[in-house]
Amino acid sequence: MNKIWLVTQREYLTRVKNKTFILTTLLTPLGILVFMAAVVLVMSTGSDKAKVINIYDPTHLLENELKTRDNLTFQFSDQGLDVQKEWYKEKKINGILEIPPLTDSLASKYSYKYHSDDQLAMDESFAIESAISKKIRNYKLKKLNIDANTLKNLDTDVSAIPVTILEDKKISSITTVVSSVLGGVVGYAMFFIILFYGMQVMRSVMEEKINRIVEVLISSLKPFELMMGKVIGVGLVGLTQIGIWLVLMPLIYIIGAALFGVNAESMGSINTGDIPLEQINMTSQDKIGQIFLEVRAMNWWLILPLTLFYFLAGYFAYSALFAAIGSAVGEDINEANSLTLPVMMPLMFSMYIGISAVNAPDSSLAVWSSMIPLISSIVMPVRLPFSPPWWQIAVSVVSLIIFSIFLVWLAARIYRVGILMYGKKASFRELSKWIFYKG
Amino acid sequence: MATYLKSVTFVHSINKTNMNVLSLQNVVKAYANHIAVNDVSFDVKKGSIFGLLGPNGAGKTSLIRIITTITAADSGKVFLNGLPLNNLHPNEIGYMPEERGLYKKMKVGEQLLYLAQLKGLSSKDAKYKLKTWLEKFDILNWWDKKIGDLSKGMSQKVQFIATIVHDPSLIILDEPFSGLDPINANLIKDEIYHLKEKGTSILFSTHRMEQVEEICEDIVLMNQGKIILYGGVQQIKNDFKENLFSVKYEGRLSDSLHTQDYKIVRHEANEIVFKTSTDQTSNDLLRNLINNKVNIISFNEIMPSLNEIFIKKVEASNE
Repeated sequence: MNKIWLVTQREYLTRVKNKTFILTTLLTPLGILVFMAAVVLVMSTGSDKAKVINIYDPTHLLENELKTRDNLTFQFSDQGLDVQKEWYKEKKINGILEIPPLTDSLASKYSYKYHSDDQLAMDESFAIESAISKKIRNYKLKKLNIDANTLKNLDTDVSAIPVTILEDKKISSITTVVSSVLGGVVGYAMFFIILFYGMQVMRSVMEEKINRIVEVLISSLKPFELMMGKVIGVGLVGLTQIGIWLVLMPLIYIIGAALFGVNAESMGSINTGDIPLEQINMTSQDKIGQIFLEVRAMNWWLILPLTLFYFLAGYFAYSALFAAIGSAVGEDINEANSLTLPVMMPLMFSMYIGISAVNAPDSSLAVWSSMIPLISSIVMPVRLPFSPPWWQIAVSVVSLIIFSIFLVWLAARIYRVGILMYGKKASFRELSKWIFYKG
Repeated sequence: MATYLKSVTFVHSINKTNMNVLSLQNVVKAYANHIAVNDVSFDVKKGSIFGLLGPNGAGKTSLIRIITTITAADSGKVFLNGLPLNNLHPNEIGYMPEERGLYKKMKVGEQLLYLAQLKGLSSKDAKYKLKTWLEKFDILNWWDKKIGDLSKGMSQKVQFIATIVHDPSLIILDEPFSGLDPINANLIKDEIYHLKEKGTSILFSTHRMEQVEEICEDIVLMNQGKIILYGGVQQIKNDFKENLFSVKYEGRLSDSLHTQDYKIVRHEANEIVFKTSTDQTSNDLLRNLINNKVNIISFNEIMPSLNEIFIKKVEASNE
């Protein structure tokens, strides 16, 4: 046990003290923030030059008012088109918007003209179109004698209220959304974390084999102790990294939001495009409040420890298998590819089932695969926010514990032989023989 | 009665092995396609340097892995300091394998501390002993250097320290001098002698016979998993000598030297090689030469080199 701890310590400390680790751990959240800030910046700035555009609107359709964005200045002018074109030639303005009269007040199509040798940028024309469209809408409402509030009342936001029959629990339509998002995020995260750190275990095994230090090591401790120390050490590195990210991400976002003014509103205007902001804010504020309530109402005391359990069990089983593969390959890391495939397959397979389980958490595929060991380590965490029956959780936990122990044992049998074998990569037939080798 | 007999046998085996640091009895290890170690028995005396020899594939590495508890024997017994091999024994053994290496990205100090602690030393003890050893080899300033920055010879020194830092009672060195320049090889050789003087036993595995002749007291020669030769180096050389004597002389030789007692094997310029019959001593030959008025400049017995014995025995056992 003491020796496992020594190996764990070494694996952990050499990784955590590594410059690459420190940089990736600290810079990843920052990188994501910078990326998002860049996206916000790119999306919110159109052309970098300020433009002055004259509007020729003889019928006053736009009521002398058009608001789009900061670097577009509109001036209304009643001067004739020819005069304005002269101004254009004198480079006083960048272009002229000609607003023809609206002949049919119920017309569903309308075109305006833009006089200029330069084309409008796509976002500029979108902004102008939506502003004009809004004006025409108001114009039409007036013409048709419809009150804007009356019209608003015509729209109905429809949602379902799920009511349980046998179980006594409160759920709402948002519960499903929150559970789906949570389940999806957890499923993806589990897949990538298990894969990423499992591969690190494999590389670490290969490093010791290629370095030829492994024989010295196993003359001091049992191969099983070495393998377990490695798996635990790398696992702890993973938990440290995820822990730091969980603390850093919100912190950096709060700081970032304060520094760059990246807030929900500006993000909202990007995502929602031309939909009137007031409408979104009204409903989204309600929804956000509700989402918070739902998130708080989740059974975290069950979800968190169980998710951690599935992560650990899955991680142990998979990384032990990766360790076994690492021990079976020779000097070339490329040789590992064909051997990792059979381990990658259940991992990928469970991620896809996990994705389908987000949409249909009670489908027989999701239910059964959440109880099949190994696959369950990714599928069950996806289903957890949907409160699956306790017996399914129990079957899943017990079978996963038993199977993970079996896999670790199996991997250790292969590992102890593999690390001493040099030369070409072993075949699966050889690997299965190694399991039965004595002593 | 049966219990009494059993305990007597046990005590006997302890007494018998007490003077031996290592004792192997009928050790067998088989793999899928071949028997790597076939009924091997030998003893390594405490405080001696013992040579484990054999061509490639003779089973030396398999045997060493059994002794170091890396693998287990299929049958037979291995005693270390009189006790059957157990889980604590790895801490009493220092092993430097032929295929050896270190973590390239770790610093010398960290790495040695790690390896010493794996051998059961406390962090404090390990640090103290390591500093003493590094100072002895005049490399204390390497403590913070990365292994990747050291030359091959330099990292061999670090490896040697890792092998002996925990004061093992048995040190197993597999080709310890490979890749070392003569100066560093001598440094390690001196240290081996020094450790022997302190009572440490050394099991030395190599192909290089001149090194074996120089430093080993006893040897075992393995081929195809079996022992084909076992004993003291001097005794073995005596057993294999062919009663050949080389004589350098001045002047002419009389024809009467040719007798049936001595056969002239070779005669070149001023050197002649005689082969005597087994009941003749070197004195008989000398006397005969003097009687025949030969002006002798030098007279010595030609002893077979271990290399010759090695090749002869291996070829014979392969046939």
